[in-house]
Amino acid sequence: MRVEVTVNGQQRTADVEPRTLLVHLLREEFGLTGTNVGCDTSSCGACTVLLDGESVKSCTVLAAQADGREVTTIEGLASADGALHPLQRAFQENHALQCGYCTPGMVMVSMSILAENDTLDEATVREGLEGNLCRCTGYHNIVKAVLAAKEEMGAQL
Amino acid sequence: MTMTDPTQQEHIIGKRRVRREDPKLLSGENRFADDLVVPGALHLVLVRSPHAHARIRRIDVGAAQSMPGVVGVYTAQDLQAEWAGPMPCAWPVTPDMKSPTHYPLAGEFVHYAGEGVAAVVARSQVEAVDAAGAVIVEYEELAPVLDLEDAVRDAALAHEELESNASFVWTLEPNSEAVDAAFRDAAVTISERYVQQRLIPAAMEPRAMVVVPSPMGGDFTVYSSTQIPHVLRVMLALTAGIPETKLRVVAPSVGGGFGSKLDVYAEELLCLALARRLRQPVRFTEERGEGTMATIHGRGQVQYMELAADADGKVRGIRVKLLADMGAYLQLVTPGVPLLGAFLYHGVYDVGAYSFTCTGLFTNKTPTDAYRGAGRPEATYAIERAMDSLARKLEMDPAELRRRNFIAAEKFPYESVAGLVFDSGSYQENLTKALDAADYGQLRAEQQQRRAAGSPRRLGIGVSCYVEMCGLAPSRVLASLNYGAGGWEAATVRILPTSKVQVVTGTAPHGQGHETSWSMIVADKLGISPDDVEVLHSDTSIAPYGMDTYGSRSLSVGGTAVYLATERVIEKAMKIAAHQMEVAEEDLEYVGAAFRVKGSPEQQLPLAAIAFEAFTAHNLPDGVEPNLEASISWDPPNFTFPNGTHIAVVEVDEETGRVELVRYIAVDDCGNQINPLIVEGQIHGGITQGVAQALYEEALYDGSGQLLNASLADYLVPSACEVPSFELASTVTPSPTNPLGVKGVGEAGTIGSAPAVINAVVDALSDLGITNCPMPATPERVYQLIQQAKSE
Repeated sequence: MRVEVTVNGQQRTADVEPRTLLVHLLREEFGLTGTNVGCDTSSCGACTVLLDGESVKSCTVLAAQADGREVTTIEGLASADGALHPLQRAFQENHALQCGYCTPGMVMVSMSILAENDTLDEATVREGLEGNLCRCTGYHNIVKAVLAAKEEMGAQL
Repeated sequence: MTMTDPTQQEHIIGKRRVRREDPKLLSGENRFADDLVVPGALHLVLVRSPHAHARIRRIDVGAAQSMPGVVGVYTAQDLQAEWAGPMPCAWPVTPDMKSPTHYPLAGEFVHYAGEGVAAVVARSQVEAVDAAGAVIVEYEELAPVLDLEDAVRDAALAHEELESNASFVWTLEPNSEAVDAAFRDAAVTISERYVQQRLIPAAMEPRAMVVVPSPMGGDFTVYSSTQIPHVLRVMLALTAGIPETKLRVVAPSVGGGFGSKLDVYAEELLCLALARRLRQPVRFTEERGEGTMATIHGRGQVQYMELAADADGKVRGIRVKLLADMGAYLQLVTPGVPLLGAFLYHGVYDVGAYSFTCTGLFTNKTPTDAYRGAGRPEATYAIERAMDSLARKLEMDPAELRRRNFIAAEKFPYESVAGLVFDSGSYQENLTKALDAADYGQLRAEQQQRRAAGSPRRLGIGVSCYVEMCGLAPSRVLASLNYGAGGWEAATVRILPTSKVQVVTGTAPHGQGHETSWSMIVADKLGISPDDVEVLHSDTSIAPYGMDTYGSRSLSVGGTAVYLATERVIEKAMKIAAHQMEVAEEDLEYVGAAFRVKGSPEQQLPLAAIAFEAFTAHNLPDGVEPNLEASISWDPPNFTFPNGTHIAVVEVDEETGRVELVRYIAVDDCGNQINPLIVEGQIHGGITQGVAQALYEEALYDGSGQLLNASLADYLVPSACEVPSFELASTVTPSPTNPLGVKGVGEAGTIGSAPAVINAVVDALSDLGITNCPMPATPERVYQLIQQAKSE
């Protein structure tokens, strides 16, 4: 079947089997390998992307369900001139990643956390990150990074 | 090259510096093994045994072979001619160690659930998966050996070909008479049994690999999510019978390892052999549900720990007996894991009498191997739990008991009873600092208040002091332990004509930030900006020599090699500078990226100019070769001994058994710190993995040997909601083992944390008479302990 998706602002189309998952559409059809697969039970969140602005685990969404909708992946966050998004920058500045495998998912779910909360505290951030697993950082610096990004992005508004 | 002002030359080492690795990882630009696009690559999927122990009666591949897209279906027999040898184990710990035959696919018998019995190769992943489902295997089930204390009795055998489940018995008895005397004369003894449950390493990136052959050229490139590209190349060459010169191994971005990628895996060998046979690239990516069975597990020990002490709490003797679960086969360093702990069961304490015995046992479970800490978390757990038991028996504060037994700061370098020489440390200072940071007195007062008030939210405070051995390793020591390789590390530093610097390292980072830290070491020494230093690694054709990354060795061995190679480059540049400035070398000094005449700083030649001169070679002194490059292989003279004190504060809900970790204080001494930002990150993650063992994780098997929690939905890797933010501090006693004074920090957090947490849990419940709590301290377990204690 044919699916038409706006990915990171670009119109993309592909012919896929009906059983194709969104994550495989992104990785294999569109070559967007920044979105990672870390499990087979929708537990780890490494594949988190934004679907119409809301975070979803792209291993639990069929490619067909994304038809006609907008998807944002980790590749779509930096500006065209290569400047990192304030959230990406906060991840770097706070050493919120080590091996980097969970990172795209962590960043994308954090985009949702930032968008959905006018104010943030540590408990809210931790709750928001609950569906995403990281084995390297112990979450300490990820939490710090999200709070720092909120502060910086809030100041910009 | 960006020059720093020589008069204001700033140290780069020791300053927090954000990582250069991050922008690529934060934007999806980097490539993990499964991200690599290889045209024409075939997909390998394994048919795995559903049984823990069985005889294979028949494998019928007929139906699978005729399925769409299938290129071939192979059994052990079909591939036997591919192997020059069995799967490697590099650490035969005793001369009579038993190691059952182990090839990439099972032959007549399967010995654990998840072992591969057939390999399916197809044009697409989906077709390979579908065909694997069509392979018919008939099994005759056999009794599995699952429990260590059963295994040691040999009631049933894990391997038909062996007469016993014991692979080896390894002892360390420097003074057994003194041990007997210590226990005979002791005022008080402690005798406890601890279980180190099996853990699933669960690096976030599942293993992935692709082998690209060059059939006409006769060579192969192996891309694998491995921690050990160099060791892997040697082992693949030996096992697949391919000249080492025809093998290039590349570890692309690797998504965490924790020891689980410190191995030579069946799938790597299968991809290589099938790429050779089919003359096409072959790739494999494990699914999480198979990786939990097919990738090594960690821990898996039963520990019998005995202490003998005086009435005032001074520990006089320690006796350790260990049963260690090898799993079904010996992987790369499986039998050596308990040895890495064997020297450390007296912990940070000055103990004169010591004996250690370990029996390595086969079971019909996934093979074990090194997992974060490898032997040292187990040792630390045993001594730190036993110290708490001793404190309780003597009605002494556990912190005070530790203080009485510490190796005193003035005793370093300290020769331990087990034969190690501890480099440096100030264990008293670690403890004092941690107690102060925790406000220990206040916590104890609050605990008493809650107890007096009968609060169901019980407070527990757990102290754990640790020392570990890192910097693997002095090669001669490895020889004495029968390890099959050395422990050196290699580095090359070259200054290019444009004065940019290339560093080649034999370490293989997978999250540790070596590119950033190594560039800091070199830039600090050369007086240039780290941005001008590029670090190359993890590709055997770029970095031909290396011993890779594990055991917190990379900085203390690999970073030191980088440092020493930088020194050598400066020495060579000094010769060229002296020649061109027509002065003696002794009259020159290197300051701020320039050679200048001592006492006449206006007479100077910048390093950048020397780099270009070395390239043109127009005017070099006699006997000096062109180019500005130095290579070194450095063998450390000793291990390093990171140490620290960790304090866990837990609340145990008496009504539900739930344990909440409310505070965690860690004081660590990893020697000098190159980049404190990275040091802290390593400790955060390490603590969380130890907390995971203490409270959440265990590979659970049923009576038939099935792994019950083979998915991340069932195996409880902690999320952000299960841990607090951590309170860190450090002490610094530079290691005299290496010129950087560093010790290593990759495993410290994991080593200190599990005993701190369990000590806290037991402490919260001790007034009920509870003295032990198995790991993981799940709500169900804790609830039952409380109910049982109350009914007694």
